[in-house]
Amino acid sequence: MELTGAEIIIECLKAEDIDYVFGYPGGAVLHIYDAFYQQEEVQHILVRHEQGATHAADGYARSTGKPGVVLVTSGPGATNAVTGIATAYMDSIPMIVITGQVPSHLIGNDAFQEVDSVGITRPIVKHNFLIEDVKDIAMVFKKAFYVATTGRPGPVVIDIPKDITAEKTEFSYPSEINMRSYNPVVEVHTGQIKRAVDMMIGAERPMIYTGGGVILGNGSEQLRQMTRKLGFPITSTLMGLGAYPASDKQFVGMLGMHGTYEANMGMHHCDVLIAIGARFDDRVTGNLEKFCPGAKIIHVDVDPASISKNVKVDVPIVGEVVQVLEEFLAAIDKTKKTPNTAALKKWWNQIDEWRSQDCLKYDRDSEIIKPQFVLEKMFEITKGEAFVTSDVGQHQMFAAQYYGFDEPRRWINSGGLGTMGFGLPAAMGVQLAHPDDLVMCVTGEASIQMCIQELATCRQYDLPLKIINLNNRYMGMVRQWQEFFYEKRYAMSYMNALPDFVKLAESYGHVGIKVEKPADVVPALKEALSQKDRLVFLDFITDQEENVYPMIPAGAGLNEMILV
Amino acid sequence: MVYEENTTDAVEMRHIISIILENEAGALSRVAGLFSARAYNIESLTVAPTDDPSLSRMTLVTSGTDEVVEQVCKQLNKLIDVVKLVNLTDDVHVERELILIKVQAENEQRDEVKRIVDIFHGQVIDMTDTTYIIEVTGDSEKIDAVLKALEHMTMLEVERSGQLGMCRGDKGMV
Repeated sequence: MELTGAEIIIECLKAEDIDYVFGYPGGAVLHIYDAFYQQEEVQHILVRHEQGATHAADGYARSTGKPGVVLVTSGPGATNAVTGIATAYMDSIPMIVITGQVPSHLIGNDAFQEVDSVGITRPIVKHNFLIEDVKDIAMVFKKAFYVATTGRPGPVVIDIPKDITAEKTEFSYPSEINMRSYNPVVEVHTGQIKRAVDMMIGAERPMIYTGGGVILGNGSEQLRQMTRKLGFPITSTLMGLGAYPASDKQFVGMLGMHGTYEANMGMHHCDVLIAIGARFDDRVTGNLEKFCPGAKIIHVDVDPASISKNVKVDVPIVGEVVQVLEEFLAAIDKTKKTPNTAALKKWWNQIDEWRSQDCLKYDRDSEIIKPQFVLEKMFEITKGEAFVTSDVGQHQMFAAQYYGFDEPRRWINSGGLGTMGFGLPAAMGVQLAHPDDLVMCVTGEASIQMCIQELATCRQYDLPLKIINLNNRYMGMVRQWQEFFYEKRYAMSYMNALPDFVKLAESYGHVGIKVEKPADVVPALKEALSQKDRLVFLDFITDQEENVYPMIPAGAGLNEMILV
Repeated sequence: MVYEENTTDAVEMRHIISIILENEAGALSRVAGLFSARAYNIESLTVAPTDDPSLSRMTLVTSGTDEVVEQVCKQLNKLIDVVKLVNLTDDVHVERELILIKVQAENEQRDEVKRIVDIFHGQVIDMTDTTYIIEVTGDSEKIDAVLKALEHMTMLEVERSGQLGMCRGDKGMV
């Protein structure tokens, strides 16, 4: 039977086992929306802005490991999606973004709502396609899902002119795919595995440094086994939190610009660094010339381009994280070398001494609500089991520091691009994927306003999120930098004319609670959690000038932190 | 202040890279876009379909430190449209470039231009009463030398093809 292009798109999504598509209709995608209307298997979630659609699909993908799917119209629909596509690209999130395009014969004519979507998105996608023939739709979708989800994952854009969605052809979804120019499967080099394991066993001051790649590659279980077997300290990037349990004593906390003292000092003084699924980002390394001066470096990554990009490594290993870690485990079991237990004991004593600095201490007796206090209580009350999304800024760092994640895919935030406005829509995607779980969005009064319109989407689909708004009336991180480096000239960082968030939440049909005293923090959190079926917006009026510590200023090494 | 200062002062070298890529709309702009987005240099770039019309071959001349060129190659390899990439600089290879020059040639100039063209084993491929179009092929040093030799004449137009390159030996690239 012949199907229209629009119907074929739906069939492709079904074949890929997609349950949700996040989108917003418009002229160029009307045929596709009509096809959606006539079926019930793939549910369409109507957002209130295309940026929200991309972040929601992103949150869905991060929390499940499955690709998120977005559908937007041509022109402004596509340009509004750009921020979300770039966000996914920077954090290697599998996502398929279908953008409508003006009819084929009008392309290049500056037609109404025309934009070169393939051109605009080219630098922020893993790959993109412009479909030129209805017969190509099935193959392009097959390729798009394959490219988006294999190797180092990433977003793929499919641009479809309107006329092609109306044309008809026979549909059959390819069962297999072979692309001569894309071969993500790599053989792990056994010689390198042996070299790496010899180096690990011989280490006197080892440090395991893991990133988002462990989570994306589902390597958490193997990472735990290996770390415990070796007995080494382990730190994680912002993106990798949860791959190794935060509550475990071998975990020394997050590293980098706002990492713990023990993690950063451990990095600086280690003699063997084992980097797994991490990319030596500038927020992590600080000054490259001062980075890990005495360390031999082993680097495991699925993307060869990540290896020796910023930091020259001694043992590069390209491969899927699970496969490499399993080979590490086997090689550790086989090796006849024995670890230097005396040196390791001394190393742990040193780490414990750094740990005793208690770098995350803050004024727990404050009369005003400290943001750290809210996160600490939120962690206690939820037993660390919630899915937590965040926006970008101080609240994001506080959440990473004070909410201990014991499981992967629970901590969902925009690390690479640093997109304000990410938290609320991302939480919608997480909640849809995990309808029975607690999903909380940690945000600030500045970030939340960047995608506040999605409160309507939450109402429409009854998404009972718990929004933790750390309201300090400033763009906190901008203000902190202005305090430290611009002599407190707070240019444009004060959030004037704030809405009444309680009334705002209520006007969208949600519950709003304002919290102004530390003593009210716990009762408010409990109240919010007790309202299981409602979205509760908790507006915490926090200390205006609290800073995130520790902090590594620009140009400094990891051992040159500013402490409280 | 939010970012590090640039402190590199390593030596930059010229590299010639040969790429086989899918002959698809947009493939060229993916390569060109990568260079501008990542602030890599392109000195020359030529591209045309191969004997297999579904593939194009591109030859690209860039310069950078060893680390940068290694990144350039890795990033190019990451592009989904790139089928194969060889940094010819790593191997013994031949390079050729073609130049067309429209040069003023009147009276005694006509003989002089012809002599220069002969010395460089080039050809005059078109003429008017007052001009020649000459064609010379060679590596870039030879092409530079032709231009130098004609420097004192009036060149009305100069067009260089950019480098082509191929590894010596009995192996093919694909």
